[in-house]
Amino acid sequence: MHLSLTHVHASLGGTRVIRDVSLAARDSAFIGLIGPNGAGKTTLVRAVAALIPHDGLIELDGQAVVAMEPRARARAIAYLAQGAGSHWPLEVSRLVALGRLPHLAPFRQPAPADEAAIARAMHLADVENFRGRDVLTLSGGERARVLLARALAVEAPLLLVDEPVASLDPYHQLGIMEVLRAYAGAGRTVIAVLHDLSLAARYCDRLILLDQGVVKADGRPDEVLTPANLEEVYRIRAVIGGEGERFVLPVARTD
Amino acid sequence: MTRPLNAWLVNLTLTALTLALLAASIYVGRGGEFLTDKFRTMVEIDRELAWLVLTEVRLPRALLGLLVGATLGLTGAGLQGLLRNPLAEPGLIGASSGAALGAVLVFYFGMAVGSAMLVPLGGIAGALAALATLYLLAGRNPSIVTIILAGVAISAFCGALTSLALNLSPSPYAALEIVFWMLGSLTDRSMAQVWFVLPFMFVGWLLVLSTARALDALSLGEDTASTLGFSRRSVTLRAIAGTGLAVGAAVSVTGVIGFVGLVVPHLMRSLVGPRPASLLLPSALAGAALVLAADLLVRLPTGGPEPKLGVVTALIGAPFFLWLILKTRREHP
Repeated sequence: MHLSLTHVHASLGGTRVIRDVSLAARDSAFIGLIGPNGAGKTTLVRAVAALIPHDGLIELDGQAVVAMEPRARARAIAYLAQGAGSHWPLEVSRLVALGRLPHLAPFRQPAPADEAAIARAMHLADVENFRGRDVLTLSGGERARVLLARALAVEAPLLLVDEPVASLDPYHQLGIMEVLRAYAGAGRTVIAVLHDLSLAARYCDRLILLDQGVVKADGRPDEVLTPANLEEVYRIRAVIGGEGERFVLPVARTD
Repeated sequence: MTRPLNAWLVNLTLTALTLALLAASIYVGRGGEFLTDKFRTMVEIDRELAWLVLTEVRLPRALLGLLVGATLGLTGAGLQGLLRNPLAEPGLIGASSGAALGAVLVFYFGMAVGSAMLVPLGGIAGALAALATLYLLAGRNPSIVTIILAGVAISAFCGALTSLALNLSPSPYAALEIVFWMLGSLTDRSMAQVWFVLPFMFVGWLLVLSTARALDALSLGEDTASTLGFSRRSVTLRAIAGTGLAVGAAVSVTGVIGFVGLVVPHLMRSLVGPRPASLLLPSALAGAALVLAADLLVRLPTGGPEPKLGVVTALIGAPFFLWLILKTRREHP
């Protein structure tokens, strides 16, 4: 897996939201995409998933994502939307199985390989206990894990997740972050849009800090989460601490 | 929620039920008698005439009941999946009111006497015109909201024009025909009409069925469906065009038959579960069974004018729908 963005621009409703972003990512990385509200994180992820048009070049293994055949792209890039949900009261195992749709040949039922991938995803996300339940009757934390399992079941080399831990309690936040790190460790890349800087610092190998559509910093968490960057981009003063178990505790606004 | 039944079992049972109702529709005559005395006498006097009644009167009526019911059930389930809304029904996109208007205009201008096929032709033309208008209004990459709004506008406009035709109707005879058209009926149809609608319905069914997996993916929203490899534009166009073609063809020969496309997918959802793709076949079968059963019901009165099929389906459908709402409210207070 080799993702590369070269001079990427993207607009929303005529406003330029992403400006001249260039970066590259390789196998086995858990990348956190951070930045204040409106920095363009979601837009950048959606551009990579080919959900919105962009200028410049976004390539996966040397092929432009917009030029890829939709099913091939669906096998290569999995995407979990912010606040994703289900419109119908689907059974959990059925919902997770939807992640295999890009792999199914027309008129074919899921093969043993698909069933195995579904089982792996459900195991990884720890949703086997409620596999027969209706997804709409689950708690917020359980539902978030089911929807994540759906994205994991694609077994795509690149997984994009948009705010996967928003609105979850600390226990479930840690659970989701561990799942994502385990997935990234298996030779795959995860790019997660994150707001919780402590979680980003603790779990990610690399952070990309966006500010007003521009990459402000890109590197190891300790290189990116500096007092200067936090003040300039987030307009906050924070206590940064911990040895190994890093944390970022915002204490005051600076403007 | 009760656990969904085995889909194969449901489909097999529904197929058997539909075939039984199809046979009943061919053999049961006015007053609900199984091969009426009148028919027996006819067989004794003139076998050929009796055979003609069976193949040219009863058979097309039964076949149209099957085809129209299957169309309404299938497209209702498909549209509810596409729009992710359990209140969607095939009439929503305007093709059926367009078809009704097209057929009514043929009556209005007194062309129906010229050829029996002009009415369904007018209906199909109306449905296609409604679809073309929808496409122009909703744009090349239509969103769900614009489709619904444009569909409602087209339906309202076609409905108004149909009422105007009734209003300005040149003769009481034409007015009566127009009213009958708006009520929906399977009586006095010919095999020629069956052959006429079949290709439109068949293409429509295939288009809707081709979206089955995409409808499943759409359960998780348009973005997720898109990243699962389904182009929103292609899925929407196939589902809407397929629905318009099949329902337009249905309305062009039987008039508007309401509530089947709305109620049947709900009923099937409680049997086989909510996954949109798994609802398509059972809804088609149950739609066919429901229309055939309702058409048997309208034959039961021995005397007087026959109640119109569309009236009966609405009379059964509306209270049933209320019951469904109350049931849902009990389950999810």
